[in-house]
Amino acid sequence: MIEFRMPSLGADMDEGTLLEWRIAPGDRVHRGDIVAVVDTDKAEIEVESWQEGTVEQIVVPVGRKVPVGELLATFREDGAAVAEKEERPASSAAAENGERPAPSAAAEKVARPAPAATPAAVERPIPAARAEPPRTSSPAPAPARFRATPLARRLAAERGLDLAALAGTGPDGAITRDDVEAAATAPAATPTPMPMPTASAPASQSQSQPEPTSGMRRAIAAAMQRAKREIPHYYLETALDFGAARAWLEAANRERPIDARLLPPALLLRAVARALREVPELNGFWIDDRLEIAEAVHLGFAVSLRGGGGLLTPVVRDADAKSVDEIMRALRELVSRARAGRLRSSEVGGATCTVTSLGERGVDKVFGIIAPPQVAMVGFGAIAERPWVRDGWLAARPVLTATLSADHRASDGQRGARFLARVARLLEHPEE
Amino acid sequence: MTKDPLRGAVLRALGDVAPDADLTGLDGGADLREALEIDSMDFLNLAIAVRDATGVEVPEADMPRLATLDAWVAYLDERLRAGAGS
Repeated sequence: MIEFRMPSLGADMDEGTLLEWRIAPGDRVHRGDIVAVVDTDKAEIEVESWQEGTVEQIVVPVGRKVPVGELLATFREDGAAVAEKEERPASSAAAENGERPAPSAAAEKVARPAPAATPAAVERPIPAARAEPPRTSSPAPAPARFRATPLARRLAAERGLDLAALAGTGPDGAITRDDVEAAATAPAATPTPMPMPTASAPASQSQSQPEPTSGMRRAIAAAMQRAKREIPHYYLETALDFGAARAWLEAANRERPIDARLLPPALLLRAVARALREVPELNGFWIDDRLEIAEAVHLGFAVSLRGGGGLLTPVVRDADAKSVDEIMRALRELVSRARAGRLRSSEVGGATCTVTSLGERGVDKVFGIIAPPQVAMVGFGAIAERPWVRDGWLAARPVLTATLSADHRASDGQRGARFLARVARLLEHPEE
Repeated sequence: MTKDPLRGAVLRALGDVAPDADLTGLDGGADLREALEIDSMDFLNLAIAVRDATGVEVPEADMPRLATLDAWVAYLDERLRAGAGS
């Protein structure tokens, strides 16, 4: 029997909420098939199976928050006999799991009423998901199975709408912004009267109200606190002339169809990946008081989510072995899916180093906070025309500042300086 | 294609490229990068989506002109009238 367990979808992930099953008992699962969607508080991730078999049992129902490593489902290996049916149904098996942690985080989420009807997105029955809700101390019953864009979820939460009660008109029946807006314009309930100011109210009408903390923000806060507490950071920066790289990109793009165009981030990641090969102390993990240098270079790339939605870091795997075209294709795909809330489990977690770029937001430089257990983070600022001395002459050149935040337990400044110098060299000579 | 369908095509492309962006009440003259928090990657994907919808491929040199929805509509109208479908 093959056990499918809650994967770790990020270094700071302790538990995840099962949002959706894409499989049912009896389904054949192939390696790479997406079998579930999990909410990690930072993102909704499509989880792939790395094993093959036939689904035997769904152990955890939709809506349940479970710790990393918890058994979610079982698969039957090819050729294995069908297991004897257990006397108890899957939902009861889940309910009996007294080791499941108290869903304190679930209590802070927007409460979801019991599922009202079959969601439009369901294509095959999920018997375990519709079984009797487990009788636990969970304050929030399992939500209906549905898909919704991140914007739709946010708007629904703001308007107090139950996504489970909406029919989706988006791809694969996903609930979109338009669906939420249409539901919001339905006949309104009795409006809540505006509270009248009291005699003790302050003269100013702009009294601030505390904002509830989203799951994403809590996850980021916990990760950043841990990073600052545990990692002795040191910081370096270097300015480089991006003129040659810009000219190289323009020349390359003149001959390419639009689908194959290159953007600066592809060059930045390629330079970082190759420089990490030369300074491997910055490409790895600090675990159990020692540095584990990673064999591969998997670069995490910070992607901001719109509307203050936080940050995700999908991973470009084997970045050092990829051409700039391959890196560009990977970036386009990952950034699009990250913002659409459709990243896959193979695309998150496992980064050996992370890159962040805030250049398009106009900042000159950014010093990132390392994501443990990684030991380095590279930052890039805006490409801006600045005074630059070249061959003894002062000229205006497109200048970019690259930064390094590194773990002083794993490397010293000299190694960090060598790394940054290499990044600068590779970007100033993109033909190399 | 008249301007209204062109506007619709660009808005649909924006919705595909940035499904998490709020297009409600998008002003035609608003800078798309500022109004929708889209970046160069989004812009490239937008240009590809618009190419797929209208047949007009935007050269890289023309991209800086297309900062607003109105600019996109005017550009596409100009290109299509000139018969430059690709």
